[in-house]
Amino acid sequence: MTEITLPFAPVEDTGAASYLDAGHTIASWLTTTDHKRIAILYALSITIFFFIGGAAIALVRLELIEPNGWFLTSDAYNRLFTLHGIIMVWFFLVPSIPATMGNFLLPLMIGARDVAFPRLNLLSWYLYVIGAAFTIYVLVAGGVDTGWTFYPPFSTNYSNGYVVAAATGVFVVGFSSIATGVNFIVTTHMLRAPGMTWFRLPLFAWSMYVVSLVMVLATPVLAMSLLLIVAERLFGLPVFDAAHGGDPILFQHIFWFYSHPAVYIMILPAMGVVSEVFACFSRRQVFGYAFMVYALLAIAVIGFMVWGHHMFVAGQSPLANLVFSFLSFIVAVPSAIKVFNWLATMYRGRISFEAPMLYALGFLGLFTIGGLTGLFLASVPIDVATTDSYFVVAHFHTIMVGGSVSAFMAGIHFWWPKVTGRLYSEFWAQFAAITMFLGFNVTFLPQFVMGWEGMPRRYHVYPDVFQVWHVISSGGAAILAVAYTLPLVYLGLSLVRGARAGDNPWHATGLEWQTSSPPPKENFRRVPRVEAGPYRYDAAGRPRPQGTPL
Amino acid sequence: MTLAQWTTAASNYAVRVDHLFWLLVVVSGLILLVVMALAVGFMIRYRSGAGAPRGELPEAFKHEVEIGWTAATLFLFLFIFWWAASTELSALSPPANALEIHVIAKQWMWRFQHPTGAREIDTLHVPANTPVRLVMTSEDVIHDLYLPALRLKQDILPDRYTYEWFTATKPGTYWLTCAEYCGTDHSRMAGKFVIMPAQDYARWTAAQPQGDDLAHEGAALFRTLGCSGCHTPGASVHAPDLHGVYGHLVHLADGRTVTADDAYLRDSILLPDKDIVAGFAPIMPSFQGVATEGDLVKLIAYLKSLGTGQAANGPTDQPARQPGARP
Repeated sequence: MTEITLPFAPVEDTGAASYLDAGHTIASWLTTTDHKRIAILYALSITIFFFIGGAAIALVRLELIEPNGWFLTSDAYNRLFTLHGIIMVWFFLVPSIPATMGNFLLPLMIGARDVAFPRLNLLSWYLYVIGAAFTIYVLVAGGVDTGWTFYPPFSTNYSNGYVVAAATGVFVVGFSSIATGVNFIVTTHMLRAPGMTWFRLPLFAWSMYVVSLVMVLATPVLAMSLLLIVAERLFGLPVFDAAHGGDPILFQHIFWFYSHPAVYIMILPAMGVVSEVFACFSRRQVFGYAFMVYALLAIAVIGFMVWGHHMFVAGQSPLANLVFSFLSFIVAVPSAIKVFNWLATMYRGRISFEAPMLYALGFLGLFTIGGLTGLFLASVPIDVATTDSYFVVAHFHTIMVGGSVSAFMAGIHFWWPKVTGRLYSEFWAQFAAITMFLGFNVTFLPQFVMGWEGMPRRYHVYPDVFQVWHVISSGGAAILAVAYTLPLVYLGLSLVRGARAGDNPWHATGLEWQTSSPPPKENFRRVPRVEAGPYRYDAAGRPRPQGTPL
Repeated sequence: MTLAQWTTAASNYAVRVDHLFWLLVVVSGLILLVVMALAVGFMIRYRSGAGAPRGELPEAFKHEVEIGWTAATLFLFLFIFWWAASTELSALSPPANALEIHVIAKQWMWRFQHPTGAREIDTLHVPANTPVRLVMTSEDVIHDLYLPALRLKQDILPDRYTYEWFTATKPGTYWLTCAEYCGTDHSRMAGKFVIMPAQDYARWTAAQPQGDDLAHEGAALFRTLGCSGCHTPGASVHAPDLHGVYGHLVHLADGRTVTADDAYLRDSILLPDKDIVAGFAPIMPSFQGVATEGDLVKLIAYLKSLGTGQAANGPTDQPARQPGARP
């Protein structure tokens, strides 16, 4: 691919000062309103939380090597898996792709100079930091043991952990999601460059737009449910207490009304990222672009109507179970269509296997497995048998870790040269991608098996018949730990001694590749005019110019 | 412990669930195989530098392909939904003569009460080939009775009743355990689930050192807690006659109509102001904190023994015998 030369002159003047040179003091970073710098602030903070959440689960997996445990008390164990869940869901997965890559790339991709509300953007990061501070407080104060789901009456009347602090942290972080969502929606509506019509938007930009809608509509419901938990725990407002006419199931309805769409908040951006990667490394237009857009929208809309499938055994009516089961099968259709379209994008392509593509291929395989096991859980009788077991744990980790985290890594590697202007070690990146895929499967395939055999989740001690699967799974987790640590090393090294990347090392289409790497503070010296849709590669796999200077 | 104690399918329903599971394994295995084969095939044939044809496909053809695989996926998913739904519907409601066992869950133990009055902790004995209905409640947080051999799970809520029913077929000793996270010793809230031939079960209940059956104990409570002072025809206080109330439609003061099931009777005892019966004054005191979960089970068993649907002629302290009760 390196011999391909750009058929058009770079839009930008060379030698312009990049956004990284716009100030080198810490204050210049903490007061920045540049979407690219805010993206970096987010990236650093979520990375810290990813490794805290990862350390918590590493201890859990270590403990589970012995059926009766060997170095943790049950209370410590419960606190560790709760911490892992809360941090990974709200402090890593939900903000992961939107707050980092979305922030950095959405304005670049649509040809804008910044997001619509730059100061709101900075505020959203500060909200994230405030929420994070509560979580750090919970961590040092002694933890919380409710599970990330905060089910009452355990969380309201029985738990002796720091429930109020944890819920407040998540509550505050929710506002950071909402702020980002509002910002992205307005940005996409108002700031598209001339000629950038809706159906010329890259799929990543579409995914950011759709996920923002979901964030803005769903997150307030989470805020509501957490507020009610705090009100009941602190002031005894018996909303969820059946002894006073309240309803514990009501909490589960409200909670999952947010938390199921939250699953789509985590996976829709991943779909956007891999669409970009598949197109670039297959040197081909994304197959069925319009269908990909409709599928994103369909998933977002139907995703709001399937929350009850988390509650098949909660005491909901059999009719409600059937309806939610039916809708869960329907929401799987657009996801399947996306898988077929990614495959078809490779058909007749010129496929090369750089690290981002390897991560995207890993995503494809794992997302397929995660989606197919979702069909099992959409079937009421299978769900009744396997819910609250390791089968469910394996299913959602396959989507969230196998899917979202693989796509996150694909995106980090794909846009790293754009963000930093440097190239990383391709060998170590490919090595990490393959290690991550293998480590993931060794960790979670055994969990599907023991889950179907009956191993319940959130168990500190467990029957010894499941030990062999737990040991294999813990071994896989060790491989994963290595695979997640490697990028810290070689990406870190690339900052110091990586080769200069040039503006467009992958010869990709897309406006973000037509400005310099790293981009100047105002993104484009002159706002580009867009004359065609995305992913235009010619017969030889070369990108055709997408924007011309206005 | 053996794995078979977890994985044996000990009822016809469990066997049907297993069939559905393996159907899904085969179908999704095939889909995964096709996706993998295509991905690997394309990766080899269309790798950068390979000399395969790369012309554009006609737009109309692309469109047809999209519609084709959308429709195929939809029909496949609808088929699986139909299969799963029919498995669910086949086991929807228990037969009327099901043996009723009460389950009370608390952090971190199980208590089971048989209609004969037999009680056990952390072990549940049930007769084989007999429909069994579990009426379950919790004394603290949400628990979940998980019977792996029957492929069944049901959350158990505080201050609510939830139900589960089954007809076990394969005698043996299996596991029961809590599946809904309930605090510190959640993972130790486990016990044995014993399916016995019906005659063995009868012998086993007869051998239990229990005084009286649930309905009789309920009758005694009905007097000692003072219920009979008002709920007796001819009592000076105007209160509804409870004969035949179980399973009957009740007209409420606010115009609603409810069926007097376990949950309604329980609420009426603990939250008497919630559903006021039409024509009566809201004068009943709450028995919250007075009647324990165990007491409620007995009281409701007694009310049930007073007949269902048809009002009896006069007051009697003698409940009709429950099926399976000791003579």
